Amino acid sequence: MALTGMDIYKLLPKKNCKECGFPTCLAFAMKLAQGGVEAEKCPYMSEDAKTRLSEATAPPMRTVRFGAGDRCYTLGGETVLFRHEKTFVNRPRFAVAFSDTMSNEEIQSKIERMNKVDYIRISEEMYVEIAALECKSGNKDTFLSLIKRVKDGCKKAVPMIITSDPEIARAAVEECRESGPILFGADEQNYEAMVNLAKQYNLLLGVTALDQEKLYDLVQKIQNLGYRELLLSTGSTALKQVFDDVVNIRRTALVSQDRTFGYPTAVFAHKLAKEKMMQLAIATLFVEKYASVIVLDDIDYSLALPLFALRQNIYTDPQRPMRVEQGLYRIGSADENSPLLVTVDFALTYFIVSGEVERSKVPAWMLIPDAGGYSVLTAWAAGKFSGKTIARAVKEFAVEEKLKTREIIIPGKVAVLKADIEDELPSWKVVVGAEEAALLPKFLRDYTGKKVS
Amino acid sequence: MTYKKPVQKLAGKIREITLGENLKLGGESVLPFYSFDGDTGHKPVIGMEIWDVHPENWPTTVMEELGDRVRNPVEWAKFCEEKYKPDFLCLRFVGANPDMGDRTPEECAQIAKEVAEAVTLPLVIAGCDSNEKNGKIFTKVAEALADKNFAFLSAVESNYKEVGAAVGLAYGNIVVAESSVDLNLAKQLNILLMQLGVKPEKMLMNPGCSAVGYGYEYVITTLDRIRLAALDQNDATLQLPIIMPVSFETWKVKESAASVEDVPEWGDQEERGIAMEISTSVGILAAGANAVVLRHPRSLEVVREFINSLIQ
Ligand code: SF4
Repeated sequence: MALTGMDIYKLLPKKNCKECGFPTCLAFAMKLAQGGVEAEKCPYMSEDAKTRLSEATAPPMRTVRFGAGDRCYTLGGETVLFRHEKTFVNRPRFAVAFSDTMSNEEIQSKIERMNKVDYIRISEEMYVEIAALECKSGNKDTFLSLIKRVKDGCKKAVPMIITSDPEIARAAVEECRESGPILFGADEQNYEAMVNLAKQYNLLLGVTALDQEKLYDLVQKIQNLGYRELLLSTGSTALKQVFDDVVNIRRTALVSQDRTFGYPTAVFAHKLAKEKMMQLAIATLFVEKYASVIVLDDIDYSLALPLFALRQNIYTDPQRPMRVEQGLYRIGSADENSPLLVTVDFALTYFIVSGEVERSKVPAWMLIPDAGGYSVLTAWAAGKFSGKTIARAVKEFAVEEKLKTREIIIPGKVAVLKADIEDELPSWKVVVGAEEAALLPKFLRDYTGKKVS
Repeated sequence: MTYKKPVQKLAGKIREITLGENLKLGGESVLPFYSFDGDTGHKPVIGMEIWDVHPENWPTTVMEELGDRVRNPVEWAKFCEEKYKPDFLCLRFVGANPDMGDRTPEECAQIAKEVAEAVTLPLVIAGCDSNEKNGKIFTKVAEALADKNFAFLSAVESNYKEVGAAVGLAYGNIVVAESSVDLNLAKQLNILLMQLGVKPEKMLMNPGCSAVGYGYEYVITTLDRIRLAALDQNDATLQLPIIMPVSFETWKVKESAASVEDVPEWGDQEERGIAMEISTSVGILAAGANAVVLRHPRSLEVVREFINSLIQ
């Protein structure tokens, strides 16, 4: 539990000597509880009090790392259950599952599909970050040859070594140690050997036990060995139970403030369902609530497009609305005579409007001024979407040089802006567009139809 | 130390609303699928989309299975009810759009009546893109289907008086209050409808839906906040079940609409459309929706299996 000012006061020497810069120990304790001052400012605190204070002020969920070089990722470190309270900070990473009992062709074709999914969405590169490599053969050499193939085949993916045999695990780690693999994992039987191995190579260690209680006990034992770079997963095989596990591990850490479960979790979606679309459904659930590594059987664009987009959405900062960059955007094969629309830089508005323009199949231009990242009506009410801001964007993005049209279509909801804009842009004609984005396709077709006839 | 499993006890409960004669929505007193905390209420339900006109740009296999029935909403509805067994049907008057034939409210009412007579499933009536026109359509359709307890998508800020008065007050059907992705707007519209005299048991809400990737974080956060307000803070004005027409959003975004010729590396178009529909549905169900409208039978199958495996 977080300490209150009174709790901290009880830990202080109560000398009221003012050396901390506060008039009394109590005043210092109150400030400390708010996080406004360092505990070290009091030179007279006992060692015991110091450790208790630092434990109490440590974040409830650890931030852990895996990977190496520019493929280094952080997981965990979350502080809230809902993103409106505070941003979710470390996005989950996706894995594709391989095993050493798969045929060569199967391995090869999976590698190819993994490499194919690599694209940029709103300035973020999207690809599968992890190759989950499971030793099912029980044979070290067979497993090592799988690791080698995938390592050479998918240069971007960090390996996650999955075996419960410490001997095989050691050989596997040595095979790919330079890429900072995840070691999965420690269980009730092998945890001492696995912790030693993870310690030696400084690896993120997967920990697994049958259910929440057993996992809790095992984590305590591992923490007692002095290792805290952990990734948790229960052995539950039904979706309902896994959801229970993942939600309650997170709540134990953040609500009960019990750091034994203060670690990120992994979900093996491919073990919960065979079918691809069901795996997609499961992965969607756990991107939202609360997994940090999500393993799928395979990847293609039909899975990647929704999953990566969802992840990007859920992990954006809710305090700062997503804004699109200001500028002049070409939709379809627009040329210098195509219609020009203007709307705000609020990402949601931009996406909806550009989607409707695309749907209309009418090539067009969209001008996005600096409208403060608000929706149309809010930006207008705040004076951020006005004749001035629109005129400034027309100049800044050299619209008059790039386009021949001198008509600008404004959102129907701000028809009142017409005169204001025409004052600022005397050589332009303002056309009042559709009231709703959904009506834009018809509006644009009518608008261009009129031009031709 | 031994493990102490956390439990969250919440003060509020989502109102139980009956659609049609006996399709029950809501009733939960915990967050979505949190069966470990308490009563998850009625299982979320799935409806299928049916149009009053021949659909354009629908997935090929759906069109093949539906065959000529798409020319007749009655045949189409009967076929869906028997073959795919959704929980309800969503009859959408695309043909009432000014640029899609501008079907009159009287014609809409006639079609709705014929469909309602041909099937046993409850209906959800959806309008066209013009809120003004929807006010007129819904008035006529609600009259033709008086006291059926069917839901109407939707009453919005600009037409709630007309829709609320006709659908909820005069003709004994259910008004869906639709707002645009903001807790306060959702609350405000619910209150306005209640002040108009619409009984909460004749109301559902749609606080605004989008496809994954398209401002979806606002949708999820709005749902999270609405559900926490309803359950944790016991805010009675937000304790209504939520219905979202997922397919209206997901099939028009480029991930679903771009052909293989447009973007060869993306692969099969229909697969992409199904995936967008499934992912969008699951995401909102996990944040608080009680009913979704879908287009593809494959999505229906997967989303249903998903719901069943979380609520046994
Ligand atoms: S330095 Fe320590 S002992 Fe002295 S007043 Fe501050 S808190 Fe109290």
